[in-house]
Amino acid sequence: MPDHFLRLSGLEAVTVTPASNFINIGERTNVTGSAKFLKLIKEDKFDEALTVALDQVRGGAQVIDVNMDEGMLDSEAAMVKFLNLMASEPEISRIPVMVDSSKWNVIEAGLKCLQGKSIVNSISLKGGEEEFIRQAKLVKRYGAATVVMAFDEHGQADTYQKRIDICKRAYDILTRQLKFLPQDIIFDPNIFPVATGIDEHRNYALDFFKAAKWIRANLPHAHVSGGVSNVSFSFRGNQLVREAMHSVFLYHAIQHGMDMGIVNPTMLAVYDEIPKDLLERVEDVILNRREDATERLLELAETVKGSAKKKEQDDEWRKGTVEERLTHSLVKGVIDFIEADIEEVRHKYDKPLHVIEGPLMAGMNVVGDLFGAGKMFLPQVVKSARVMKKAVAYLTPYLEEEKRRSGQVGKPAAKILMATVKGDVHDIGKNIVGVVLACNNYDVVDLGVMVPPEKIIEAAKREKVDIIGLSGLITPSLDEMVHVAKEMQHEGMDLPLMIGGATTSRIHTAVKIDPVYDGPVIHVLDASRSVPVASEFINQETRGDFKIRVKQEYVKLRQDHESRQLEKNYIPLAVARKNKVAIDWDKFQPTDPAFLGKKVFLNYPLNEIRKYIDWTPFFQTWMLFGRYPDIFKDAKVGEEARKLFADAQKMLDKIVAGKELQANGAVAFFPAQGTDSDDVILYKDKGLKSELTTLHFLRQQNKKAQNLPNFCLADFIAPASTGKTDYIGMFAVTTGGNIEKLIARYKAQQDDYQEIMVKSLADRLAEAFAELMHEKVRKELWGYAKNENLPMDEVIKEKYQGIRPAPGYPACPDHTEKKTIFDLLEAEKETGIILTESFAMYPASSVSGYYFSNAESKYFGLGKIERDQVKEYAVRKGKSIMEIEKWLSPNLSYDI
Amino acid sequence: MKIEDILKKRIMVLDGAMGTMIQKHILTEADFRGERFKDHKFPLKGNNDLLSITRPDIIKDIHRQYFEAGADIAETNTFSGTTVAQSDYHLEDIVYELNFQSARIAKEVADEFTKREPNKPRFVAGALGPTNKTASLSPDVNNPGYRAITFDQLKEAFKLQAKGLIDGGVDLLLFETIIDTLNAKAALFAAQELFEEIGKAIPIMVSGTITDASGRTLSGQTTEAFLISVSHVPLLSIGLNCALGAKALRPYLQVLNEQAPFFVSAYPNAGLPNEFGQYDQGPKEMSDQIEEFLQEGLVNIIGGCCGTTPDHIKVIASLAAKYKPREVTVNA
Repeated sequence: MPDHFLRLSGLEAVTVTPASNFINIGERTNVTGSAKFLKLIKEDKFDEALTVALDQVRGGAQVIDVNMDEGMLDSEAAMVKFLNLMASEPEISRIPVMVDSSKWNVIEAGLKCLQGKSIVNSISLKGGEEEFIRQAKLVKRYGAATVVMAFDEHGQADTYQKRIDICKRAYDILTRQLKFLPQDIIFDPNIFPVATGIDEHRNYALDFFKAAKWIRANLPHAHVSGGVSNVSFSFRGNQLVREAMHSVFLYHAIQHGMDMGIVNPTMLAVYDEIPKDLLERVEDVILNRREDATERLLELAETVKGSAKKKEQDDEWRKGTVEERLTHSLVKGVIDFIEADIEEVRHKYDKPLHVIEGPLMAGMNVVGDLFGAGKMFLPQVVKSARVMKKAVAYLTPYLEEEKRRSGQVGKPAAKILMATVKGDVHDIGKNIVGVVLACNNYDVVDLGVMVPPEKIIEAAKREKVDIIGLSGLITPSLDEMVHVAKEMQHEGMDLPLMIGGATTSRIHTAVKIDPVYDGPVIHVLDASRSVPVASEFINQETRGDFKIRVKQEYVKLRQDHESRQLEKNYIPLAVARKNKVAIDWDKFQPTDPAFLGKKVFLNYPLNEIRKYIDWTPFFQTWMLFGRYPDIFKDAKVGEEARKLFADAQKMLDKIVAGKELQANGAVAFFPAQGTDSDDVILYKDKGLKSELTTLHFLRQQNKKAQNLPNFCLADFIAPASTGKTDYIGMFAVTTGGNIEKLIARYKAQQDDYQEIMVKSLADRLAEAFAELMHEKVRKELWGYAKNENLPMDEVIKEKYQGIRPAPGYPACPDHTEKKTIFDLLEAEKETGIILTESFAMYPASSVSGYYFSNAESKYFGLGKIERDQVKEYAVRKGKSIMEIEKWLSPNLSYDI
Repeated sequence: MKIEDILKKRIMVLDGAMGTMIQKHILTEADFRGERFKDHKFPLKGNNDLLSITRPDIIKDIHRQYFEAGADIAETNTFSGTTVAQSDYHLEDIVYELNFQSARIAKEVADEFTKREPNKPRFVAGALGPTNKTASLSPDVNNPGYRAITFDQLKEAFKLQAKGLIDGGVDLLLFETIIDTLNAKAALFAAQELFEEIGKAIPIMVSGTITDASGRTLSGQTTEAFLISVSHVPLLSIGLNCALGAKALRPYLQVLNEQAPFFVSAYPNAGLPNEFGQYDQGPKEMSDQIEEFLQEGLVNIIGGCCGTTPDHIKVIASLAAKYKPREVTVNA
């Protein structure tokens, strides 16, 4: 839409429209106006100076003015340093900056630091037209708006006429000669002190108002601003009067068209709250209504001297009603007062149940709404749930007693059964969904991990649940979910089924699960979606339509899927094999590992391991998206990320100090040779006389672009034809030893937050341990990269030679091969990691895989494979085609 | 015909990925060096821009393939053609020549096609990447006030690149994959300064990059804030490219559609990279997603970024022909 709105930006946009009323410009980050700020800058305490800026933003500033004009300062350097630091604080840099200086070089240096559209404060005709034009042209080129002072070659305008003459002249030059956008011009027609005792000053405020009105009427789209605190200069030391003067001045100035202003929002009285006598005398001064206005105000000022508005205390909220306090505790996750408040509120309501259904549920509804609107983040919600649980726990004995007495039971909430399916042990995501649902007034029945279908069905019937939610992380769980759905169908159930977890997908749910179950099935992408989906299923009025809608959507997805299947191009296995990775084996020099066979590491020091943590996935687990450490600067989730990180560090410190988790690992190396059929044969000896076992790998079969190979991990091991002895390594590590104890502790404390925290940290530690061990292997145990010297972030980015793919992951998706690794390492015995029937590792915080050392080795995704490879692979493994198809179902190019 | 006039009539098509196409040739260190740089003291493999000098045959062939597929505008092979980016290879000295040559060969191919099909003139956009340094972000977490590069250094680097491109004959300048708006502002400053010095201006396209689902640039700006920050220059177009696939780009294109007083461009990646950094969205899947925003009338210029090939562009071009361009209302 064509319009003439002033548009500014920091990290976010600010558009000044007639509806925006008045734009507050924060003024405390100004060395000329704030002694405190000046002191901080002079003493080089920039960090503290930043908090001054932050206070301005939190106090409601929509633009922030920065001024470093002080004789003893290197103003240009201070401006650059402060703006650069501000840029790293997203809460501050969210809003646009006003670069304020009387020196052009300082302004220009400031503009070079600001990515957003800023405001220059200021330029004027003081130095003549030529200089004015030069500066204005540069302002435009830097992409800024500008304040134009009512100042010319003869001085500062102090009458109505001078003000409007200078502003008109500047406006014409800017808009006609320079094609400066009129909405980017902000006039400052000079706010001067009144009540100075000098007669000429009495009309200053009125002249300003009149000039503002004239500018808005005659210089289209230009804005009017000014430094408001100037007006009360004569009353320095009397905050109460000053605040009233600012407020009165603004009240009238805004009515006359002033639409921006440099104001200290914390030094502003509320117009309606100014005592009547004070208001009257202040207005007399500002509007020049009486001869003796100044004297009368001075008189009153003597009596009202004293402290002005105090900042709201942090514990102000404790003064609210008990219901308000409960809501506050729930929303802010404050646990300290909850028991006292519940005790108090308990006496206010007839029955303990009414406390839950009344104030507690009301508070949780606020949490639910804020989360739904993206105004609260997951870690906060989990903390809210912790408070809720504690409140309910406190009430439970009273609830029991009430039940005993009356024999009555309250209205039950909708029940949702949650389970991680058989063979799978991963439950962080499921627990998060459980917490979010519980926050939204659902009664969650959590069956835990590795839950067989019959137990799910039995519990669903016994507990009379309304919805079943299945979760899983590893690929075999996909099949297990299909199995559960089939069993439910078999039982004649038609409860809604929600599917979630890392490997699940809408397409898998549509193609594999939906067709086997007549009840509604829906894939739920993440915890935040679980609530709207559940409520659709629960609502009697919408559930029918919702089911039909989802079913239809999935039918469409299936059809699309089928038509896509036909499009895909695959090549026969034999052809793919000819296009293997080309490695110049003549030049290949294998490195002998330091030992053959296995080596075990027990109780590895956790403080070594924690250095290798890659934090980005940790934040993903908590649904805070962004890369570490940049996530801390994210305007939306940065603050939450910092808090979460601090909590994580605290817990890690505790875990490390108390050795609360146990890290065990095993590593082994074996002589190895590749075959023509994508297998790798392991030998007991370097001479390759005595075979140990065979590893089976799969090869990509999609049609490749010119010069791209069809990858297979076996390609990275020297084949028999080279006559060379190559090696392969393998490992299994865990940091989940003793984790049950920790989980039990937090469960007992009803503390979901810490429980999820400990699990997510153990996962990160396991990955870190794998990373650490890999480095040890490269430099020492295998020693093929003895001279590697990478900084930690490069290690975490895997910028080293060699890879450690894991069975079940994209390069080698067959989970059953994990068994071979575990047998060779005797991993269950040595490290305590157990393989489930779906080949998930328990404890979940475990990692296993192979080591490939070849410089050409790299990660890839197998993608889909064809029947010919499945058939041959079954023969190689000595398994039936059906069994192979079961394990590899996500990788089949065809439907089974 | 002026490009502004064509854009009012139909959706124009930008080419696809250069890097993806270069990767299809398995090139060796020797290919990158050629005869000219055979004794250069530092490795040059991976310096794709250099191929405009050492293997112009490959680059010209890629331009040809894209024009053949229906592209109206080709981007020069100069994504890393600043002294800032070339310092990785110690080739700062050849930056002007590199841009000049890249522009020249692209223009040659474009002219060839324009001659063949005068009713569909082909254009060359000089591509200016973001450089590998950011002016408003510190690379050092422990020192947030630190900057690895200044506005003035960037301005000089972009000015030199733009000069090479313009002297080599490009029709447009395209500042692309903008991750830090301050870099872009330095680039726009450079362009305006250069235009003033040479007494000639060519249309400027600006294309930012939304780096993740939060909908912000790497330097933290929302799409709207980004638009506002570069709107002081009368741009030919503003748009988004890279980072996200077509589908994820749509909500941010809607913002531009509603707010931008310029033509709007989009050239997404072929989906998101898989965990191995490859793009596996095929032409069909990608164009299905693109068709959605063509239907909505969100764009004036459409093309492809990472992972796209002439096959993608071909499908996109035939789609673009079916839909009306977005209508532009200019803020006075």
